Amino acid sequence: MHIEVTYWDKWTGFELDAMRGVVEDFNQSQDRIRVKLLPVGRIYEKTMLATAGGNPPDIAGLGSAVVPSFAERGALMPLDRRLREAGIHQDDYLPVLWDACSHRGMVWALPSTPATLALHWNKQLFKEAGLDPDRPPGTLDELHSDALKLTRVRIARNGQTMELTYPELTEREKTDRRFELVRVGYLPNVPGWYDAMWPVWFDGQWWDGRDKATANSPANIAAFMWYASYAEQLGRENVARFASGLGSFASAQNGFLSGRVAMVQQGVWMYNFIEKLAPGLQWGAAPFPGVDGVLPTDKSYTLVESDVWVIPRGARHPDEAFEFLKYASSPQALEKLCMGQRKFPPLVKVSEQFVASHPNPYIKVFIDLAHSPRARTWPKLGIWTEYQNEIKVAASRILSGAGTPEEALGEVQRRMQRKLDRQTQRWKLIGDDRLREWESEM
Amino acid sequence: MLMTRTTRRELHLGLVFISPWIVGFCVFTLYPLLASLYYSFCDYDVLSRPVWVGLLNYRDLFTDEVFWKSLGNTLVYASVSLPMGIIVSVMVAVLLNQPVPGRGIFRTLFFVPSILPLVAVAVVWLWMFNTRFGLVNEVITAVLPASWGQGPNWLGDERWVKPTIVLASLWQTGGTVVILLAALQEVPQQLYESATIDGGGAWVRFRHVTLPMISPVVYFNLVMGIINSLQVFVMPYVLLGDTGGPNRSGLFYSMYLYQNAFSFSQMGYACAMAWLLFVLIMGLTWLATRGTRGLVYYGGA
Repeated sequence: MHIEVTYWDKWTGFELDAMRGVVEDFNQSQDRIRVKLLPVGRIYEKTMLATAGGNPPDIAGLGSAVVPSFAERGALMPLDRRLREAGIHQDDYLPVLWDACSHRGMVWALPSTPATLALHWNKQLFKEAGLDPDRPPGTLDELHSDALKLTRVRIARNGQTMELTYPELTEREKTDRRFELVRVGYLPNVPGWYDAMWPVWFDGQWWDGRDKATANSPANIAAFMWYASYAEQLGRENVARFASGLGSFASAQNGFLSGRVAMVQQGVWMYNFIEKLAPGLQWGAAPFPGVDGVLPTDKSYTLVESDVWVIPRGARHPDEAFEFLKYASSPQALEKLCMGQRKFPPLVKVSEQFVASHPNPYIKVFIDLAHSPRARTWPKLGIWTEYQNEIKVAASRILSGAGTPEEALGEVQRRMQRKLDRQTQRWKLIGDDRLREWESEM
Repeated sequence: MLMTRTTRRELHLGLVFISPWIVGFCVFTLYPLLASLYYSFCDYDVLSRPVWVGLLNYRDLFTDEVFWKSLGNTLVYASVSLPMGIIVSVMVAVLLNQPVPGRGIFRTLFFVPSILPLVAVAVVWLWMFNTRFGLVNEVITAVLPASWGQGPNWLGDERWVKPTIVLASLWQTGGTVVILLAALQEVPQQLYESATIDGGGAWVRFRHVTLPMISPVVYFNLVMGIINSLQVFVMPYVLLGDTGGPNRSGLFYSMYLYQNAFSFSQMGYACAMAWLLFVLIMGLTWLATRGTRGLVYYGGA
């Protein structure tokens, strides 16, 4: 008779298979505990509601970005005591990831499969445009000029429709912007997943780390001026039209995979899509340039996130759940899992063999980026979901020209500061009780 | 009032017989309703105990620009889609009531869209309205002269978002049409005959016979329409996603309510929104009843 531990995670496909492999290894390694892995869609909402309903899974696979809000709402179990007893130590993990898993002085989650973002470029298109295919842009200015050289438009000239590169246009045609974009070098809003990330490359912040929102700081405004500049130059209508014609991300019509977008900022997972949907693509990955221009990879800017394991509050078998987390967090299990998902382990030390046998030829770039002091996670705010939502709206306003970065970010600032104040007020009311409660559960 | 033994026994027996309904109503309707009223005065995130904050949620709502924007969007949507929906369905019903060959097939065809799942329909519209590859713009480009430019960026342009949602909503009026058709068949033929004898043409017969006779059903559809259009959710949510399209131009009341409840875990705030919506719908329904008092004809009643 063994104890059954339920484990929900977001994965499907080969990523699920990789996780399943680790679960099966664990189940075979002993016969007291049986972990049952269940793939669950919309896992954040479901975990939250199941926890509220008093019937959560024993383990849930969330993302590092939601750890603070889950922790603050009392949806998670603090792990400190168990980590100490199991000998799982902070120093073994990438500091930025360990930090992302702690909130209000306690640890709430264990990183499983991290990801960093880097510039991916299409070497074939670089060659065609007369650029050095082995030299990605090193500064934001270079990115801009390379992007224009890679851009192709369809335009009517003397009654004839022809296809030209952007530099071949006359000054008049450039200012009139009466053309259709056939290919672009680069657009910050493609694929437009994380509008909130750009301040990272401009040394900006969304929050001062305590109780002040900093949405409209000069660095953030600069980031969004840059964000809008591409659409302004190529014509907002043209860009909107072009972007709406790109196929869905996980298809061969994906802008980058189909060669209609020459450069894109994407995570370590991009390799999987290239391999599956565009195996012939000649590509490279390098740090995305930031305001400071060319920097060594392990000093460069990047956004780092991680999938994490948590034990929801009210889990039936927290001890057995942690047994599994302890097993899965060993370097061997993590390397197996991350190799299966083609990512890299969240640990400071990665075996040479791991890097050497990794199918992604640029895995070292992503690992080095994770070690960079300029690697940032999402702000650790309980209201980050709302904040991100607000930024998304502001970004679309800025992009369409409905508002300047100052106005749009100013509004974000006003609304989020109010929310943050409410949250601070609330914490003052209940914070002491909460902390006592948590400490007693540790 | 004194009850005899028999009436009391019958009362008890009666209560026992309807008790499944009474218990169900209390547990699944009355209690959640009252609980949501209570939560609307609390700071409540579902997980932890609700904390009483008095009118704070309501006060916050009044200074929340996004709340006002979503309310405005909803009212604009309702005031366009509702009359258009009724006009279109009356027109379609009258046409389907004409004795033409293949009438049964036409009636079926017009009804089919309303039995399709809303999400599936919305996904189809998503492709229909795609700026570059959508069928709608394809037709526009083919029909209009090239100098007019291309079709609009339906879901990406602030000015076009609400019209797009209205257009998509008009396609699924089959349910209303069926109810109207039933009403049209109830209109006594002799009224048409006497109107014809008095020299009334098609329009006069429609205006002075058909419309008054089906007015109770139109009124019913008006009230249902008010309720449904103020609660519009699925179509814009699937077409535009969480944030409600460019600059929140398609963020409707229910979407913002849903967002607060399930994305931001601000259940108290969402409950306050729900109660305000309830009051609003009550008020508008009352207005509609008042406003149409002289216009609705209930036979001999």
